[in-house]
Amino acid sequence: MTYATTSAGNEKAFVTARVLTAARTFPVLVYIATAFIAFFFIAAVEQKLLQTHDPLALDLMSPLQAPSRAHWLGTDQSGRDLYSRIVAGTGQSLSIGLGATALSLTVALILGVTAGLSGGWIDNVLSRFFDVLFALPTLFLALLFVSLFGTTVSTLIVAVGIGTSPGYARMVRVQVLSVKATGYVEAAKVLGHSPQRILFNHILPNAIGPLATMFTLGIGQAIIWASGLSFLGLGVAPPSSEWGALLNAGRNYVIYAWWLEIMPGIAIAIFALSVTVIGQYVQQRLEGRIDLP
Amino acid sequence: MNVTYSAALFRQNATHLPVSDPLLTVENLDVSFGPAHARRAVVKGVSFTVEEGRCIAIVGESGSGKSVTARTLVGLTGPRSHVQADRLTFQGMDIGRLGDKKWRALRGKRIGFVLQDALVSLDPLRPIGKEIGETLLAHRAIRTRAELTERVLDLLKLVGVPEPAVKARQLPHELSGGQRQRALIATAIALDPALLVADEPTTALDVTIQAQILNLLSETRERGKAMILISHNLAVVSQMADDVIVMRHGEIVERGSSEQIFGDPRHEYTKCLLKAIPSVRSRGKRLSSSSAPRFISAEGENIKGLTQSDIARPGRPLLEAERLVKRFRGPDGRLRTVVNDVSFSLGYGETLGIVGESGSGKTTVARMALALEIPDEGEVTFEGAPWTSATEKERCLRRSSISVIYQDPLSSFDPRWTIERIVDDALTKRDGGSSLDRASRQSEVSELLDLVGLSPAFRTRRPLELSGGQRQRVAIARALAPRPKIIVCDEPVSALDVSIQAQILDLLGDLKSHLGVSYLFISHDLGVVHHLSDRVLVMNHGDAVEAGGADDVFLQPRQPYTRRLVAAVPRFHFQAA
Repeated sequence: MTYATTSAGNEKAFVTARVLTAARTFPVLVYIATAFIAFFFIAAVEQKLLQTHDPLALDLMSPLQAPSRAHWLGTDQSGRDLYSRIVAGTGQSLSIGLGATALSLTVALILGVTAGLSGGWIDNVLSRFFDVLFALPTLFLALLFVSLFGTTVSTLIVAVGIGTSPGYARMVRVQVLSVKATGYVEAAKVLGHSPQRILFNHILPNAIGPLATMFTLGIGQAIIWASGLSFLGLGVAPPSSEWGALLNAGRNYVIYAWWLEIMPGIAIAIFALSVTVIGQYVQQRLEGRIDLP
Repeated sequence: MNVTYSAALFRQNATHLPVSDPLLTVENLDVSFGPAHARRAVVKGVSFTVEEGRCIAIVGESGSGKSVTARTLVGLTGPRSHVQADRLTFQGMDIGRLGDKKWRALRGKRIGFVLQDALVSLDPLRPIGKEIGETLLAHRAIRTRAELTERVLDLLKLVGVPEPAVKARQLPHELSGGQRQRALIATAIALDPALLVADEPTTALDVTIQAQILNLLSETRERGKAMILISHNLAVVSQMADDVIVMRHGEIVERGSSEQIFGDPRHEYTKCLLKAIPSVRSRGKRLSSSSAPRFISAEGENIKGLTQSDIARPGRPLLEAERLVKRFRGPDGRLRTVVNDVSFSLGYGETLGIVGESGSGKTTVARMALALEIPDEGEVTFEGAPWTSATEKERCLRRSSISVIYQDPLSSFDPRWTIERIVDDALTKRDGGSSLDRASRQSEVSELLDLVGLSPAFRTRRPLELSGGQRQRVAIARALAPRPKIIVCDEPVSALDVSIQAQILDLLGDLKSHLGVSYLFISHDLGVVHHLSDRVLVMNHGDAVEAGGADDVFLQPRQPYTRRLVAAVPRFHFQAA
């Protein structure tokens, strides 16, 4: 007499988990994401290489055309080629995304590390400051900056950068605090290493590691914030074809021409997703969970 | 192959069985985990029987499958497990194919289960009285509320919880560790089960509390209940069990009566386990079968360059602690004195053991010796110069002379660093260590790893990839790298299996005799401290209770507390020849 107790449901859950792990470690997704990112970077640096039409050329004979072989992603109300316009807007969108995230993380790092390391009243003051900023919605902070300084690309970068920084700053502070309390920091102290050495050898690398992913996630997020502001008419002004501005411009025609909304939206989504996939891959590499190829 | 082996053992054993059916029969039990393509066998072909009123102990080190075997008997092996057995019967009932519902009816009522850590096993938001009552209600053993209260109080009284009426309304975290464990045992015996399965019931407890819990379990046994006791502590087992099963890597390596296993062990592994236990008798002897590392090369040259016999040894002690007092603010805002007026000194090449139960302040003393905590009163002087009263900047220059080994080495390593970098980082703190070039530092690292018994292949590994014993070896290599005069060892072997513990203790002993380092050795385990220490300091609730030579303190304790502590250490009932 032999019997086995195995629940089929668990077996299934196990398989699902394995597929997910495979997706995380399988590099095909990473290759696709890299291809997209490469495309967007070429578009940002040398848009003419990828454009099929002049993004600003009006063609009043063919307004609001659906995607076709002549116009891959259709045309807008003035007959401008949407694909070429999206390519043309990539540079601005990307610089907003990268710039805003870099600014946001720089501010967050300086304030968060200061708060986490110093403790005492400095930590208290900074933490309350983060709390106050955090209590205000990011969009509100961004709106504030835009209304104060006008609508240019650099304003958008500063607005989105400052607006998203309190969340990161709090994360950095907690990371620093938790690394500061670890046994290896104490072990380094017992060895007699200087505080500076402990900071650069242990605290910063271990506290910043998880932020690498946050950075890549943040780029996509920042582009979405900037697009949101442009959509509200507070971003880069037409005829610029920043992705958010495209969304804003297509809003009036969405009933007749769905592609004016969908296509820039897909561009934003693809970019954000690609950056995220690469970010996660990089983080896994950093944590040594994937062997180097 | 193992199946036939253990089946044969079973049959051989079975011939001695009485005619009546045993309470529990396990025949050829296999337990494995994981999906079909990557199944990992954890228990392989285990067979045994439990008679009414007998106590069977299953002993083994971590990974031996003893806990999984116990959990099989209460149907709690978890969702990813595959349980297979030729026979698995309890009171004549086939428990191998029970569904969840049937298990719930059986568990608690006819088979009680006691786990290691009561704080984890008890619902943190439920008063313990309710927790015990739950078991009674779940099996509909009680009808009225008054009857329930009465029964719960009876049970708490039975397991020896003081003031049962008060304690019944308290939450688990409000009770002491011993009381919690008692409450947990009360839930297990609430319905008077015929079989009690106790998985490491005393492992998380202090030695005096452990003695009380063992008494309680013995009383339960005397009421005629059968018991399966899972433990890694052989002394505990020798006090309780009628029969002992020794497991290793999921298989039974030896079985027999308590007298036979502890008095005349036959299997090599059992002998090793017994020999590995540090105690009075093991002083000055090696515990493991590993040989001492090479300290001197064939040419008689001191190859490690670590020997400190040439160090001038002035009459003054190396480290002196003068009337240390440390207070911490508790969660209620009140100051608690954690260390109260403790003085000690540590000479060159000497080992001072500090023993005490949890909360005795021994770790705080260690941290003050390392100047990680600054005493509120009193002072530590190191090599005749102020230590705790110096500024951190001054201390930084001298810190490399005092190293530390923690209980949990894993958390003391930067997880991103390789072993080489960890040891190398400590090497830079040696006098002139940072001026060494890359190649000579690399060879130093290899030598240090060799010294602690690790091959150079470990250099590129990361802490997470090592076993507990290997990690502790790396920790020792790191502690040795700056050529310290003192190594503070805070429970360095408490998290290790007894055979690994034996190797690490041997290593520490070898290093002491060859390198002349001093140890400040903190442990709750009296046997470990006695094995290694020259002098001993006994602490209780922040006070230094007794101090003196290790043999004096442990063999002729003068203070009542020390006497109680020594008496509470479980001893072997059957001394090996």
